[in-house]
Amino acid sequence: MPDARLWHRHSSRERLARFALSLAVLAAVMVSIRSVEVIPEFLLDAPEQVQDLLVRMWPINFGFYPDGVHDALVDTLHIATLGTLIAIALALPVGVLSARTLVRSRLINLAARLILVATRSVNSLIWALLFVAIFGPGALAGTLAIACRSIGFVGKLIGEALEEAEPGPIEALRAAGAPWLSVLLHGYWPQLAPTFWSVLLLRWDINIRESSVLGLVGAGGIGMALDTALNLFQWTRVSLILLSIFVIVIAAEIIVTQIRKRVL
Amino acid sequence: MSTASALAIRGLVKAYQPGKPVLRGIDLDIGPGGLTAIIGASGTGKSTLIRCINRLVEPTAGSIVFEGRDLVQLDRRRLREARRTIGMVFQEYNLVERLSVMENLLCGRLGYVSAWNAWWRRYPQADIDRAFELLDIVGLSGFEHRRADGLSGGQRQRVGIARAVMQNPRLLLADEPTSSLDPRTSVDIMQLLANLGQSLSVPVIVNMHDVDLARRFASRIIGMADGGIVYDGSPNDLSDEQLRAVYGGEGWLS
Amino acid sequence: MLVGWIALATYVVMAGARLDFSIERFVVGLDNAQRFLDRMFPPEILQADSMVRGLVESLEISVLASCAGIALSLPLGVLAARNLMPAWVSWPARALIALCRSFHPVIVAILFVKAVGFGALAGILTLTVASVGFIGKLFAEAIEEISLKQVEAVRATGAPFASVLAYGVLPQVMSRFVGFATYQVDSNLRNSTMVGIVGAGGIGSTLFAAFQRFDYSFVCAILLAIIAMIMVGETLARLVRSILGIDARRSDA
Repeated sequence: MPDARLWHRHSSRERLARFALSLAVLAAVMVSIRSVEVIPEFLLDAPEQVQDLLVRMWPINFGFYPDGVHDALVDTLHIATLGTLIAIALALPVGVLSARTLVRSRLINLAARLILVATRSVNSLIWALLFVAIFGPGALAGTLAIACRSIGFVGKLIGEALEEAEPGPIEALRAAGAPWLSVLLHGYWPQLAPTFWSVLLLRWDINIRESSVLGLVGAGGIGMALDTALNLFQWTRVSLILLSIFVIVIAAEIIVTQIRKRVL
Repeated sequence: MSTASALAIRGLVKAYQPGKPVLRGIDLDIGPGGLTAIIGASGTGKSTLIRCINRLVEPTAGSIVFEGRDLVQLDRRRLREARRTIGMVFQEYNLVERLSVMENLLCGRLGYVSAWNAWWRRYPQADIDRAFELLDIVGLSGFEHRRADGLSGGQRQRVGIARAVMQNPRLLLADEPTSSLDPRTSVDIMQLLANLGQSLSVPVIVNMHDVDLARRFASRIIGMADGGIVYDGSPNDLSDEQLRAVYGGEGWLS
Repeated sequence: MLVGWIALATYVVMAGARLDFSIERFVVGLDNAQRFLDRMFPPEILQADSMVRGLVESLEISVLASCAGIALSLPLGVLAARNLMPAWVSWPARALIALCRSFHPVIVAILFVKAVGFGALAGILTLTVASVGFIGKLFAEAIEEISLKQVEAVRATGAPFASVLAYGVLPQVMSRFVGFATYQVDSNLRNSTMVGIVGAGGIGSTLFAAFQRFDYSFVCAILLAIIAMIMVGETLARLVRSILGIDARRSDA
């Protein structure tokens, strides 16, 4: 009988690495479970609490909408839109600077990347806290917070898209002696454009969702109405506000999906 | 026709839309060996017929008796058991692209190992040995670790055939196995199918549209037209007259 | 093209006016910002153990929420795939996933805090819901794009359903699933730093408290720690992807 030929799906090295990974994950989970405190009374109480909440939130107070909700909702839309626009204006240059294929200086690349990482590591809610402290409560703080968070997101994707651009048309333009700006506009932009619009729409959609809660820390929009209603335990208003947020988020998603279908 | 049939089809009807049957009551007996080629123009139901046998397409009416059981009546569990013994080769190979050649081969044993063992890729050594043996037979020694999407068409079809044979089938079906291949590779593949069918003593049923290939490799030819069988006999007796009945038209005949 | 730019400019001006923006507010703000930055730098770790505990808790929240979220979204995503499941299974599954995505994690956190009390449990539940909503949706969509021919071939061998999934469906979507999962782990790490603001555990509550006490140098230290933690997380994610052999072309931000 010939020697049995063995077959393994992964090489020994791969198996070791995968095993180490599973072990690490398991360890992390075990450690975390141990130290997280779960107060059993609260857990057992939960269904009752939820039921209590739902009862208090019904019926939805639609009457509150015209005075208390509508303006704030429109503000939220503006915060999201303006924030996204500002972010793009700033993210384009920073994204360009971070692209290693475009800008040769390693130092500038690194600085740009650092800016991008920093701005997107901090949540828009935390940015909002910061800007409320600086600029005072209101929509200005919210818009800047949205803008800040979005710069990192948009800038990173733009930078990556630029780095992955086909070198062919770029080289052709450079060989023809085109100035740097021209290379940018006619060589990179046509390739970047689809990604750019896609990222823009995606971020705007996310920003609508984010803008709706910034008011909880005083940065304008519907979140402020929510904060007030929560603090005063006006649960039927809370449910109205949640519903309105839900509606504009869904509406934004539908708009984005439709635009994607038609244009992209 | 041999007296003992491996596969007995009676009154097979398939209508994708009610009132428009693609198969109009097929009666067919397949003997325990040999390569049967089904020829016919596109849309005459060749592919539907083959796919009804292992119920990838559900028959509308009729019976398909294989090894003493009517496949059409089987419940899901017994259908799975029956499918284990019927190997199938597809026109577009239908390999799992992201898996390796070996894993694709082992797919043939999925009906025989538990889902748990299959997930962890724990197969009996006998299966692994058989897989290596088949790789040698189809001429793909050393390919076991290659990813399926890195293979040429001909290589993929060989893997597809090996996968079907891994099932230890008692019937081999092939749905236009050479239609996506160049003429030279098509001959190789047909040769492989014929050889394997013979060495395993297993009947092979092949759908094809290349009449010359059919004549060369089949021991029996079945011509279909309009949802029914219009020719059933040896390749030698297939005259131009009969081909016209099967395909219609003159211009394509040499 | 020009019309587009004009329309844009008009919108910006109008919206800005409506939101009460003005140059003076901005300038005053910048002045404030200057003073702010002075108070923030140099960063000081005023309460080390509170900060460390907060960071560790955020990490734990994101680890547990990610595991639970990934574990739940795998079966849920399969159930939600319309090409694999009958309508009476896929519709409820899709509805559940859509519900999980409907609300911002902060809002979900507030609701969970009301239900299970303050602390990390609310945070874990919140981010689990967020994970299921994100991964579940993308995973179901990925499954709906697979080639059913490969699945058909596996089914033709007589394989049981679980094996059909394991060999026919999952290989086609696994790399995308890992991509979504690592993106979500990263996202959970970010979000775990802020659910504390509403009492759901983690560094967020430490940060919020520091804010309210006007300890801006401490705020700065915490922010820097958060940024550092996220950067480490991103590096680890890339490492994991390379170990699992997943093509890391899909970027996450």
